[in-house]
Amino acid sequence: MNPYPLGPIQILSIIGSVALIVGIIYLIRKKKLKEEYAILWLFIFFIFLIISIFRGSIDYISKLLGISYQPASLFILLFAGAFLLLLHFSIIISDMRTKMNRLVTELTLVHKRMEDLEKNKDYS
Amino acid sequence: MKVMVLIPAYNEEKTIEGVLDGIRTHLPDTQVVVVNDGSTDGMQQFLDKQPDITALHHPFNMGIGGAIRTGFEYFLSTDCDVLLRLDGDGQHPPEQASNVLRPLIEKAADAVIGSRFIEKKGYQSSFQRQGGIKLLHFLSRSILGLKITDNTSGFKAYTREVILGIIEDFPSDYPEPIEVYLMSKKGFSIIEVPVFMKQRQGGLSSIGVLDSYYYMVKVLLTIFVQFVIGGKK
Repeated sequence: MNPYPLGPIQILSIIGSVALIVGIIYLIRKKKLKEEYAILWLFIFFIFLIISIFRGSIDYISKLLGISYQPASLFILLFAGAFLLLLHFSIIISDMRTKMNRLVTELTLVHKRMEDLEKNKDYS
Repeated sequence: MKVMVLIPAYNEEKTIEGVLDGIRTHLPDTQVVVVNDGSTDGMQQFLDKQPDITALHHPFNMGIGGAIRTGFEYFLSTDCDVLLRLDGDGQHPPEQASNVLRPLIEKAADAVIGSRFIEKKGYQSSFQRQGGIKLLHFLSRSILGLKITDNTSGFKAYTREVILGIIEDFPSDYPEPIEVYLMSKKGFSIIEVPVFMKQRQGGLSSIGVLDSYYYMVKVLLTIFVQFVIGGKK
């Protein structure tokens, strides 16, 4: 006998995971999301999908981590995924901030140089 | 026919001089543009001392796709007809450039890719990368119906029309395989010619060992979403 009969929550989580994957692909198609920022989202949603299809995987992970209450494992995985995404975006934001600072400096210097050149042109 | 040579370069101070000398010898009547992609070595100082070279300096590293895009924009602002692209690390010997340019001059194609795998001579890339290159070869054959043996080659030449057609969707990083799809989907004719490539003479590859896995995932995702199930036109 199947120890994990297909229940409404499992059907809902499979549909939810597939919908999230399709949603990400749709955003890439519409060019609203760049592939490099979509990879981590897709990776996490694929893990959700695998867990949704193979319910025994949560039991396995719980045993591996020594957790007796299985839903807690699910929450740990969810937090880990969310944490990874947040860290990923924090790194990207930090990099963009550094680049923006350098770009503003560069633009200011170019602007000043152009002003100086125009002044010199007026005097000549 | 006016030819521009575009060299995207990042920290290639040690090799760029040899590449430029090769171009001066073998492609004397061309306009040479080097996009210095935020190098932290002495590239900027070296390039600024070359009166016959147009140097475009990025304020920071944008990646190979960003550097090529800058070169494309600059090319479109000139009256040149053909753009030849080669790397600044010495992998693409300038003496081979005439092979890549010839089909464009003879109007036999819109874009030409220099392939190291037609005659299988010279540097053939690492074993790990060759696996990825074979997969890309299989995909371009089954999706585009094109027999492209070297989808990752950066030794290319294009007409102005091709650049106008692909610049909007040009990827910001790892652009080579996607560029082939863009050109093919826009209806441009692409041919490959055999070239002999050397192992990079110095500097660092734009793709590290771990990066190559990420590179394949990203390229496969782009091919699947934009070219298999179709993207926004």
